[in-house]
Amino acid sequence: MATVPKVEVGTDYKEKYGFFVPEEYVFKAKRGLNPDIVKEISWMKQEPEWMTKMRLRSLEIFRKKPMPTWGADLSVIDFENIFYYLKASDKQSKTWEELPPDIKATYDRLGVPEAERKFLAGVSAQYESEVVYHSLQEELTKKGVIFTDTDSALRDHPDLFKEYFGTVIPPADNKFSALNTAVWSGGSFIYVPKGVRVEIPLQAYFRINAENMGQFERTLIICDEGSFVHYIEGCTAPIYTTDSLHSAVVEIIVKKDARCRYTTIQNWSTNVFNLVTKRAMAYADATMEWVDGNLGSQITMKYPSVYLMEPGAKGDVLSVAFAGKGQHQDAGGKMIHVAPNTTSTITSKSISKGGGRTSYRGHIKIYPGANNCKSFVKCDALLLDDESRSDTYPYNDVDAENVTLGHEATVSKVSDEQLFYLMSRGIPRGEAETMIVNGFIEPFTKELPLEYAVELNRLIQLEMEGSVG
Amino acid sequence: MADFEIKDLRASVEGRQILKGVSLSIAKGEVHAVMGPNGSGKSTLSHTLMGHPGYTVDGGEVLFKGQNVLALEPDERARLGMFLAFQYPVVVPGISMANFLRTALNSKRGYDGKDKSKQVTPKEFRSMLKGELEVLHMDDSFLPRYINDGFSGGEKKRAEILQMAMLKPEIAILDETDSGLDIDSIKFVAEAVNRMRGPELGILIITHYTRVLEFIKPDFVHVLVDGQFVLSGGAEVADRLEKTGYSEWGKEETAQPQEVA
Ligand SMILES: Nc1ncnc2c1ncn2[C@@H]1O[C@H](COP(=O)(O)OP(=O)(O)O)[C@@H](O)[C@H]1O
Ligand SMILES: [Mg+2]
Repeated sequence: MATVPKVEVGTDYKEKYGFFVPEEYVFKAKRGLNPDIVKEISWMKQEPEWMTKMRLRSLEIFRKKPMPTWGADLSVIDFENIFYYLKASDKQSKTWEELPPDIKATYDRLGVPEAERKFLAGVSAQYESEVVYHSLQEELTKKGVIFTDTDSALRDHPDLFKEYFGTVIPPADNKFSALNTAVWSGGSFIYVPKGVRVEIPLQAYFRINAENMGQFERTLIICDEGSFVHYIEGCTAPIYTTDSLHSAVVEIIVKKDARCRYTTIQNWSTNVFNLVTKRAMAYADATMEWVDGNLGSQITMKYPSVYLMEPGAKGDVLSVAFAGKGQHQDAGGKMIHVAPNTTSTITSKSISKGGGRTSYRGHIKIYPGANNCKSFVKCDALLLDDESRSDTYPYNDVDAENVTLGHEATVSKVSDEQLFYLMSRGIPRGEAETMIVNGFIEPFTKELPLEYAVELNRLIQLEMEGSVG
Repeated sequence: MADFEIKDLRASVEGRQILKGVSLSIAKGEVHAVMGPNGSGKSTLSHTLMGHPGYTVDGGEVLFKGQNVLALEPDERARLGMFLAFQYPVVVPGISMANFLRTALNSKRGYDGKDKSKQVTPKEFRSMLKGELEVLHMDDSFLPRYINDGFSGGEKKRAEILQMAMLKPEIAILDETDSGLDIDSIKFVAEAVNRMRGPELGILIITHYTRVLEFIKPDFVHVLVDGQFVLSGGAEVADRLEKTGYSEWGKEETAQPQEVA
């Protein structure tokens, strides 16, 4: 992750840095899901009535919708045995000593600084980056950019919030978007005004508290006309959590001539079910780019999508998935061409090792009248041994004319010729294999800010050595 | 005394025996040429010497620095001081030549990520590269490019020799480094190889054509036909092939390149 200056954070940091700290409510966390719990969450957050109602309605939808069976096996999730809302202080009750040894070892080997480890491991709720956050905030405020957590946004920018929330991904979209809408907490809210370009990437790190990495994050980004923003969430170091279900929703609106890039590097501990709905609406000549890296977790299901709403809109998904032993990465992308003269590309790279499984699942839809569209899908899978598995499930639905549709899929193993070539130069087998794998995902890595790229390569090295849990 | 000794080497590919007992002794400081028509087993020899997993050793020994090389992994052979310039250098996408060269150099020096004193410094790396690039008439624009990716034939072969120059082997096998090169490229490559010639380096030049031997003068020439040496001698053997090609051994191939330079 980005190196940021460290500061001592005392109890007075709220005054010092203006950082939002949740109040200490008296709340005893309960397992399970019912209208009372949902009402309680909303009440504690002192939300407006419309949000409480929307949460309750979403809960109804969640209950009615059947569990999706077309993807990874989700039957083991027990919804009644989950805490749907935990205060930061409850989450921190773990101690460093209780952490699984493999997680600790990985932090060691990645050289993650102590304070950061504690945060990533959920042992401390606060990551010491407030200084960076503070000066960044000043700059953003000058430009009229809003960058805050989603709970604060609902409180501080109610009209803007209500105008867009749930418009890209309505609760009824799927079972997990309904669940998220019922119990969401945390996440990022970004508004970039007309014509404003935010030159440095906004990172969730800058304003992290424990809720930010919560189970049911909700992120909403609005790029007004002609604006630009690059948002980065996650980090390469494994995030340890005892919560087994993570189900985020990310909604993005990219207006005329605007461009948004959303970069994710996620490395959940391997007990996690990571079921994420990410969708953007791109308007005339707007560009939406999803750069999505998935390591870790037990099961990930994630298909970032772009609705190309007006002519000239462009959508890109570039993703990497790494599945080790016992893991299933079911990832891909969806491009929905609603308007003519829109273009999309999906590039998916996957690596399976030690019996791990990766699936590419994609959907290209071109609506009637959306003529002259172009879409290109490329998925490359690398299998590191014979027990591992990779599948592709591409669905195309084309109802328009003069459409250019391309699909390329490759499945390969680490080539003996490449391995021999590198080894013939004195490079040991393991290192040579790691180089080849890092080379394979380079089209992805090169899109990352340098410090993330370096870390991703290092992490792949650890995964290759089999030292990561 | 021989520093590198191949004794009665037999090897097969996909169940077919290709090398049928090859013996050769190389002392450091010497340049040996192995010449042979297409399919005679030249690359099988080079690959077997370097330990390509697709080639099965059926018998024989290869001794270098008191070790039976055939028992070692390719990377161990390289770290022991062997080098193979490939006839067909392999493309490895996503890894820059610079990264590759640096990693190889570090491995050669025994750097395993721990003892920093063994690591090549950026300054040292740059200055080494600079000199070698000049000799080979290459510019550093190829350093950020992926390994052999999109390289022309000539660029690939020069990049092989660059790697050799950086890694400073004691036994270098050049497998048809000259084929596909125009005359200027052959001269650059030859110049680079000649600079490396000396008492610390033994060279095995594998070639189909005599031309490269005008620029890199061999001390010994061996003719390989159907997996066996059929003739060995001094530089005069190359002159003989120059005139008659491989017809003496029933192969209607000349030893001069057909293409117009
Ligand atoms: N990987 C391989 N698979 C199958 N046959 C091979 C392979 N490599 C070499 N051969 C066969 O072995 C013989 C010798 O090939 P090679 O050593 O490449 O010859 P040269 O380099 O002298 O042209 C040829 O008949 C060739 O077809
Ligand atoms: Mg050959």
